[in-house]
Amino acid sequence: MKKNATMHMATDIQKKSDPGHSVPDVQDKRFNKMDPDSSFDEKKVLHLLKHHLPSQTPLKDFIHHNTLHAFQHMKFYDAIFKASKMFGYQVTLELSDYRKLYHTGRIRKEILERIIIQKKGAVALKLWNNNLLIQDYDECVTPLVGRLRSDWKSRYKLDLDSLVQPLLFRILCSYLDQGISIWNFPLDKDGFLASLKQLERNSFVGFFKTPRAKQLLLNDHCEITQLLKILVGNEAYYEQYLFDQQFSHQGWSGIVATIEEFPQSLHDRKNISLKDLIIFELLLEIDALDFHLGKNWEPLCNGINSSPVDLFTDILKTELHEVFNIWQEAFEWSYYDEVLAGIAFEKGKKKQEVTNKSFQAMFCIDERECSIRRHLEFSDPECETFGTPGFFGVEFYFQPENGKFYDKLCPAPVTPKYLIKEFETKDKRKHELLYTKLSHTFIMGFLISISLGFWSAVRLIQNIFKPKMSPAISNAFAHMGKDSQLTVENKNTEDMEKGLQIGFTLEEMTVRVEALLRNIGLIKDFAPLIYIVAHGSSSANNPHHGAHDCGACSGRPGSVNAKVMAIMANHQKVRALLRERGIHIPDETQFAGALHDTAADEIEFYNEQLFSSVNIEKHKKSVLAFENALDLNAKERSRRFASINTKNNIKKVRQDIKSRSVSLFEPRPELGHGTNTLCIVGGRNLTKGLFLDRRAFLNSYNYKTDLDGALLTGIMKPLGPVCGGISLEYYFSRMDNHKLGAGTKLPHHVMGLIGVANSCDGDLRPGLPLQMIEVHDPVRLLIIVEHFPEVVLNTIQAVPEMYEWFINEWVHLVVLNPETNEFNYFKDGTFTKYIPLTRDFNIMKDLNALLETAQEMETNYIVDATRENLPVYALK
Amino acid sequence: MSQILQLFIWIPLIGFLVSLFIPGKRESLIAWIAMATTGIQFSGLVAFVLYWLFNKQVALDIKHFVFFKSEDIEIFIDFYFDKITVVFSLVGSLLTFLVAIFSKYYMHREEGFKRFFNTKLLFFFGYNLIIFSGNFETLFIGWEFLGISSFLLITFFRDRYLPVKNGLKVISVYRLSDICLILAMWMSHHLWHENILFSKLNDVNLVAEHLKLHYGYGVFIACMIFLAAAVKSAQLPFSSWLPRAMEGPTTSSSIFYGSLSVHLGVFVLLRTYPYWESLIIIKALLIFTGIFTALIATSIAKVQSSVKVQIAYASIAQIGFMFVEIALGFHMLALLHFTGNAFLRTYQLLVSPSVLSYLTHDQFFNYEPSKQTGSNRGLQKIKNTFYILAIKEWNLDFLLKRILWNPFKQAGNKLQFISGKIVLLIIIAIYISGLFCNLYQYTIPVYLFNILPFFFSFAGLILIIKAFAERGDALWAWCCIVAGQLYITLSITLLNENFGPNHVILYLSGSVASAIVGFICLVKIKAIDTNIQLNQFHGYTYEHPKTGLVFLLACLGLIGLPFTPTFIGIDLLFSHIHKHQELLIISTSLSFVFLELSILRIYARVFLGQHKKAYHAMAYRSS
Repeated sequence: MKKNATMHMATDIQKKSDPGHSVPDVQDKRFNKMDPDSSFDEKKVLHLLKHHLPSQTPLKDFIHHNTLHAFQHMKFYDAIFKASKMFGYQVTLELSDYRKLYHTGRIRKEILERIIIQKKGAVALKLWNNNLLIQDYDECVTPLVGRLRSDWKSRYKLDLDSLVQPLLFRILCSYLDQGISIWNFPLDKDGFLASLKQLERNSFVGFFKTPRAKQLLLNDHCEITQLLKILVGNEAYYEQYLFDQQFSHQGWSGIVATIEEFPQSLHDRKNISLKDLIIFELLLEIDALDFHLGKNWEPLCNGINSSPVDLFTDILKTELHEVFNIWQEAFEWSYYDEVLAGIAFEKGKKKQEVTNKSFQAMFCIDERECSIRRHLEFSDPECETFGTPGFFGVEFYFQPENGKFYDKLCPAPVTPKYLIKEFETKDKRKHELLYTKLSHTFIMGFLISISLGFWSAVRLIQNIFKPKMSPAISNAFAHMGKDSQLTVENKNTEDMEKGLQIGFTLEEMTVRVEALLRNIGLIKDFAPLIYIVAHGSSSANNPHHGAHDCGACSGRPGSVNAKVMAIMANHQKVRALLRERGIHIPDETQFAGALHDTAADEIEFYNEQLFSSVNIEKHKKSVLAFENALDLNAKERSRRFASINTKNNIKKVRQDIKSRSVSLFEPRPELGHGTNTLCIVGGRNLTKGLFLDRRAFLNSYNYKTDLDGALLTGIMKPLGPVCGGISLEYYFSRMDNHKLGAGTKLPHHVMGLIGVANSCDGDLRPGLPLQMIEVHDPVRLLIIVEHFPEVVLNTIQAVPEMYEWFINEWVHLVVLNPETNEFNYFKDGTFTKYIPLTRDFNIMKDLNALLETAQEMETNYIVDATRENLPVYALK
Repeated sequence: MSQILQLFIWIPLIGFLVSLFIPGKRESLIAWIAMATTGIQFSGLVAFVLYWLFNKQVALDIKHFVFFKSEDIEIFIDFYFDKITVVFSLVGSLLTFLVAIFSKYYMHREEGFKRFFNTKLLFFFGYNLIIFSGNFETLFIGWEFLGISSFLLITFFRDRYLPVKNGLKVISVYRLSDICLILAMWMSHHLWHENILFSKLNDVNLVAEHLKLHYGYGVFIACMIFLAAAVKSAQLPFSSWLPRAMEGPTTSSSIFYGSLSVHLGVFVLLRTYPYWESLIIIKALLIFTGIFTALIATSIAKVQSSVKVQIAYASIAQIGFMFVEIALGFHMLALLHFTGNAFLRTYQLLVSPSVLSYLTHDQFFNYEPSKQTGSNRGLQKIKNTFYILAIKEWNLDFLLKRILWNPFKQAGNKLQFISGKIVLLIIIAIYISGLFCNLYQYTIPVYLFNILPFFFSFAGLILIIKAFAERGDALWAWCCIVAGQLYITLSITLLNENFGPNHVILYLSGSVASAIVGFICLVKIKAIDTNIQLNQFHGYTYEHPKTGLVFLLACLGLIGLPFTPTFIGIDLLFSHIHKHQELLIISTSLSFVFLELSILRIYARVFLGQHKKAYHAMAYRSS
């Protein structure tokens, strides 16, 4: 079936001889070799390893990022095929999948042909059609990593991984454990190796079975090179050996490297480094070899003549790569083309300006809020909605009352200087009896099992037949007490805690409110009520719950940000300062924070008690609109859930959605960012009449108020890391759910509260679980900006790390010229005109009918799964 | 009234059989069948138990389905019902029912949705067969189904390495308990000259008299029962399999290894208590093992940083406790303890993913930095020693592997010279000469004839152990197993003229057909891929799931799972070995241990694990 391909047309991807490695700064002076005669540069190799290992932090904070961040300096396709060759990742769909998608019509013929013609010329159309649709290729990829270390097995019939890994993982996990074990690892402040030494020195037994490894550990100068000399022998192979070793368990190595770099990512901090891990692993290997082979083994690379495999060697670009490239583009543009046609259609419509606005509401740009905005506008046609990153421009650490730590509430790359403290909270934290660790001890375990054991049966029955919120469920609304007080204003800059200023000064508040309003273009026509709606997500039995919360708040609910921003914007002195800066907010206008639970479809309002009596009445009306919108939103979401019948009474559907978010047996409380594909920066008029099936990040922006693009830099800079990061994390987890994703949730073990593994002896599984990526069409993000192409070009080129996202095609960029209404596609540094091929555009008459009749996917295989995603419709 | 008992076996069996024929895409129908089966079972049981409670509560016993009958042996199914049955069956049905509902949502869209529910129903059938069994034969059939459904659920995620590896590990330990039961059965056949009913064990005088006559053999039987129970309930030194069995979906782990399966040791001990009640040595053994296990397992649970493993060891410790309770005669307490522990651990495992957010939250508000303990060095040294031992699970996993399996692996490796056409011819030649011996046995000197059975049995064992350690071609290993089977049959046939052709036919009927089907499957795979060496996993289920399924059935047939007549044959076969033939019984029972292991190993290596062709996404070996 998969016969060998004829690899003609092989060309070098990178003709220029880049000295090899993918990290630009490896040639940096920092990496001076320790020993001038040595060919092995330990610091460089450690740096390279850390750079390529997964960089997911412990699961309590889930921050989406480009899974292949180490390759981001390369063009997208070059990067993914290189990563695939190095590490064996699956980076595209299988050829047969693309072909099936073509035959089912998901990949459109005219789009495919247009792409072939663009890339290969009209003459080659037939040839490439044949290559794409009929030709057989060998799709097997044998990774470069792992080849050297597999020699242990072929030479000594010894499965080193099985002998070393289970114990290594267990010790590592016990060391890093954040609170599962009852008896903790005896720590030494000097770190992992020091603790191990301390343990080995001061006990009657040890982790090792043979004396040599133990001696080496206790020896104060135990170094990587010394151990590699014993194991590998030949310096030329050291680097390859270490890569093989660390990538045989990239989950654990990745978490160690991440904790080394960000010790604050653990509450109970642990001193550990990748170097420590490598040393200990090498020692365990020596121990295993000594134990099983005695003296009958020699270093792995003694007497090997072939030169080592260079992992970073440039790969040959094959015809198969080009085939994948064309297919993937066709897959992506088959959808994008529809979207662009929809926007053109929408832009062409004449719209009535709403003059007397009932209220305005700001939402996060998150694509899950795309539908609630549509429903809200439907429920109250007088209202106006905006989209902006969900931390609402206020960056700070938050300390809940009685909290021992701070939560960061802003995008991950930002380091705030401010602290907001909560006080006078009325909500008391409750405990769940059955989670007590005492039940794992001997006597208490006995007493608990003969007493509480019966209670657990009751609880189980309750959970199954009548799920409800409990302390063990992560509750978005519990992030902050509804009526608690916050230290928002700082009156004395001396007021500091651990180097953080408590609250914001008047000037700091004004700057932030002004920036928020200007960014979304809301500088006049203020409604009497302006809601700032953050979002979070409640879910039960879900170690990945952080991935469902707000990405702009470092994977947490954004309620505090919304409340803080509302307090700032209501502040009389801030209003006065704003007036000086040209923003006149009428006195009767009041801001209020709110939190939307995207899983339960519930909303909670803050600052309500401060409303004027007029606004209280208006608020009552808007609450009705919100409730109605939430009903509709629940109905729209329910079409993807097998457990809910969309045709039921809408209140019942809403109730079912809510129960689902607190059901222990539900591995899909919501679908997270599974649908993300688009990011639209521009006015609501571009999208207001479109049904985008919750697939678009919507960032409000008015080019008219920012003709020179001064604000655009600030708006577009986070799009790559935040929206692009989400999109690529989903892309890679979808393409290779085994190596780049976390696999199915069902067997997951929670390890040390920092991650999940499939098995007690298994590696950590970073990335997204299967249940989150099923609905995802693995396409890159398409960013659409409404502005003049030259302004956008200047903007993206101004910041090199922003430009990298676009020039290397990790996201697509289309600019809609507001005057000519032409689309301009960005490629290779310039804009070219794009004319959508979609002609007959779908008009939707009845959204409810569409939702009720939409098919649910039969299986999560991509060809079936993608059918669940609806095309673009214009709303009537 | 006792006629009703069989319903509680029929319901799960019918549920299982119906479920087999539902197309995999009909998720809710499959789930409904499982829910209905367990739901009906549970409500039926409740009604029955209520009726029973208000009507004298006498123990019920009824004989059904005689499989085989000759003048000296009768094999039949028998059901029994008393308060132990009440507790175990109610807890089992309730939990299976609840977990079936739970799984309906939890397993949604999982590739093996149907496989999961089918296996779960098979498990449920096996469980009920054990709980309702009235004699060892019935219990053993359930025991076998339970073992195989365990294997199938541990290897549920069959395209990854660790589940398959651990599945084999667990089944190899389980096999020990199977063989212990077979030996207990074998010995009791000889002692009682009949298929002893559990109800008869309640006859104090009968048991006492029997033990007086055959004290040594009685202790042997009790030891075997104890061992079978200790293995099944993961007591020391067999504990390390339990955490490794937690490879399947959380729901199956919770019900199997959190509650029902792991408590079966407790059940067997309660059930056979009247038999070993007067044997102080067994009681002492039980108390010692129980206390020792409780202490050691608690220490391991305390240092665990993985939730499910922690629960597993905590549960083991409580079961150790139950062993002590049983030995001391506190049976109501043991039943209460079993019920509470089963509910508690099932619940804890089901909610184990919640622990991450719950405990992180807890840490956020209640964290206290650990203080550097200022205790003296000597005390710290002892503490550290225990800590290291607990982290290493007191080397249990390592020791078990080293003591139990490695000698046979090494022996098997030494036997690798057995290959090639000439050896095949020799094997056949020896076999034919054996057949001749059988035909013309009166011409052979008696002293020679007496060692012949052992000779052939041992030759069979050698062939099977060779297959067990085989790293080369799968087909060859398969042939060795089949040859080994034939040798064993021959050895027993030689032994006993009573072992007539109908016994042989019973034994071979299932296994020969299975052998041929399995052979064809392997030939089919070999036609695609010339390399089906057993030194790696090939993962052919990915490309040929149907062949994989057929081959699995062939394997189960060859093992002698009770859906072919072979299993009656096994029972008969053992009954023909006399109690003084120690060598023969050792050799034959070892063969039966390794027979199953080497067969499942072939299945695992060829059809499970990572698929060898990397044109699609595949898991790392370390996951």
